[in-house]
Amino acid sequence: MEQLWAIAITIIAASTPLLIAAIGELVSERSGVLNLGVEGMMIMGAVAGFGATYLTGSSAVGIFASMLAGAGMAMLFGFLTLTLLANQVATGLAITLLGIGLSALIGENFVGKQIERLPNFHGIDILIIFSFILVGLVSWFLFRTRYGLMVRAVGDSHTSAHSMGFSVIGLRYACVAFGGACAGLAGGYLSIADTPQWVENMTAGRGWIALALVVFATWLPKRVVLGAYLFGTISILSFVVQTMGLNVPPQLLSCTPYLVTIVALVLISRNKRVLRANTPACLGQAFVADR
Amino acid sequence: MKKLLISAALAAMALGGTQAHAADKLKACWVYLGAIGDMGYTFQHNEGVKEVQKELGDKVETVYVENVTEADAAGPIERLARDGCKIIFTTSFGYMEPTLQVAAKYPNVMFEHATGYKTAPNVSTYNAKFHQGRYVEGQIAAKMSKTGVAGYIVSFPIPEVVAGINSFMLGAQSVNPNFKIKIIWVNTWFDPGKEGDAAKVLFSQGADIIVQHTDSAAAITVAEQQGKLGFGQSSDQIKFGPHAQLTADVDNWGPYYVRRLKQMLDGTYKPMQSWDGMAEGTVAMAPFTNMPDDVKAMAQKTVDDITSGKLDPFTGPITKQDGTVVGEKGKPLADGDILGMNWYVKGIDDKLPQ
Repeated sequence: MEQLWAIAITIIAASTPLLIAAIGELVSERSGVLNLGVEGMMIMGAVAGFGATYLTGSSAVGIFASMLAGAGMAMLFGFLTLTLLANQVATGLAITLLGIGLSALIGENFVGKQIERLPNFHGIDILIIFSFILVGLVSWFLFRTRYGLMVRAVGDSHTSAHSMGFSVIGLRYACVAFGGACAGLAGGYLSIADTPQWVENMTAGRGWIALALVVFATWLPKRVVLGAYLFGTISILSFVVQTMGLNVPPQLLSCTPYLVTIVALVLISRNKRVLRANTPACLGQAFVADR
Repeated sequence: MKKLLISAALAAMALGGTQAHAADKLKACWVYLGAIGDMGYTFQHNEGVKEVQKELGDKVETVYVENVTEADAAGPIERLARDGCKIIFTTSFGYMEPTLQVAAKYPNVMFEHATGYKTAPNVSTYNAKFHQGRYVEGQIAAKMSKTGVAGYIVSFPIPEVVAGINSFMLGAQSVNPNFKIKIIWVNTWFDPGKEGDAAKVLFSQGADIIVQHTDSAAAITVAEQQGKLGFGQSSDQIKFGPHAQLTADVDNWGPYYVRRLKQMLDGTYKPMQSWDGMAEGTVAMAPFTNMPDDVKAMAQKTVDDITSGKLDPFTGPITKQDGTVVGEKGKPLADGDILGMNWYVKGIDDKLPQ
């Protein structure tokens, strides 16, 4: 029992950062903005969260700092793409590269430093619980509130939304900032709660996985949970299988999380009508008000 | 961005190079795979360079380029050669072909390639017998483990890694013949999240000591959190596990770099293939901590015996997993057998991925 719980909690801890980052990106993409900078915002969140916790001794400050760092990077992205109308794909890639380099520079003095791990009860910490509340809130916001409807309208047809009097750019800024705060928090989870330490490049591609999850989950919050947990579960189980000596080639095992998650999400998303209804039609397109 | 940083670094070096030329120093250059802040492999190479600066002072000018991906290495290496470097150390296995390629164009520049096996008239190779440290770790693990099981996190099934696993196991078996290890291949050199997850899974499966052949300090951090034990890798990682780290297998490149540069300075330098170990000081152990005195004494004796040449981890006869026996009684295995090792020793209940 204890052994099963240890594995379960490892799965939860591996899935949580993916879930938090993906749910943030989902909101951003629902408003029509494709931000490929998740990895860069995440790593900035990791270094800011660790640094702030180390300097103040408070993980609450650390969590807040990680969100702020992610949101800050997202605002830079927003300024370039929404105000200056730069290409979203190229800008997103640049944000990722900038984040990786900048975090290494900022984090130079935090390497090898120790912080207190985020308090937890049998491995369950506040951020794990919060990640589920977050999914519920996002789901409720997008599909049950007027502002959620506005966000989706802006993502589906920014010109119509504009002609109805919605502030397209304003809403997009808000969604992009939310996405950045979530990505930052996901990074902070890694450096404050999961393995409390800072090393360069410690997110190691998790931002890209979160990005892919959003697409394969057809922009539906519930499916993002499914995708993140499926990915986390298979990743950890592939380690468990190795320790049991079943002699499955580890190279095969290490690609199963990707294969299984993609196949599963593609299968549940094969309904074309649902897919069309949920894909933000203006995803990645710049908006210029015509009057 | 990375390329930009490299070219900026090279531009800065070009400026530095012209100044150094006037002072007529020996210009020695390094190419690093990772960042010097990785607290592991690249960090240790850079510590070696610092030792060069301390030992040889203003006779040598040192320059490095970090974060050079293996596929793009030829450009940065060539620029260093053109900028007046007299000797260039390329510190990763994947730099083998680019190093040879550039070396052919610059016959008057000496090249030193770490952990590779191809040479040329101006290309030397250097490596370290890291498996010697793992033998000591195996002995300590067998003494300290309550469950009799160690967890072993590994990157890729290459000979250096396999030799490390075998050496660890032989060390452990010399103390407890029934010692077991559980192995997880994470298929990466660096991913703190994955390495930490692997450590958690291994602890949940009955291991109470963690060993790793990957580059981050995540595993020892997890050991510290869970009140378990472990070994640091490449670098002394005691900061990450003050109550968990027993010792660490430290790559200490300083003595080698100092020796080779001294040879350059006094004109006795010759290209060669060197494979140093504890005797030369290239493989060192971090202080023995979190263990009783008798275990410390045993570990220290093993270190002394390996250093003096009295003990070799791979002394025959060694029984392989499939039951066949290699090595003559009382004689160490040939270097080639270790450098090409692709089998497990008996007692490892796992299949080596090919």
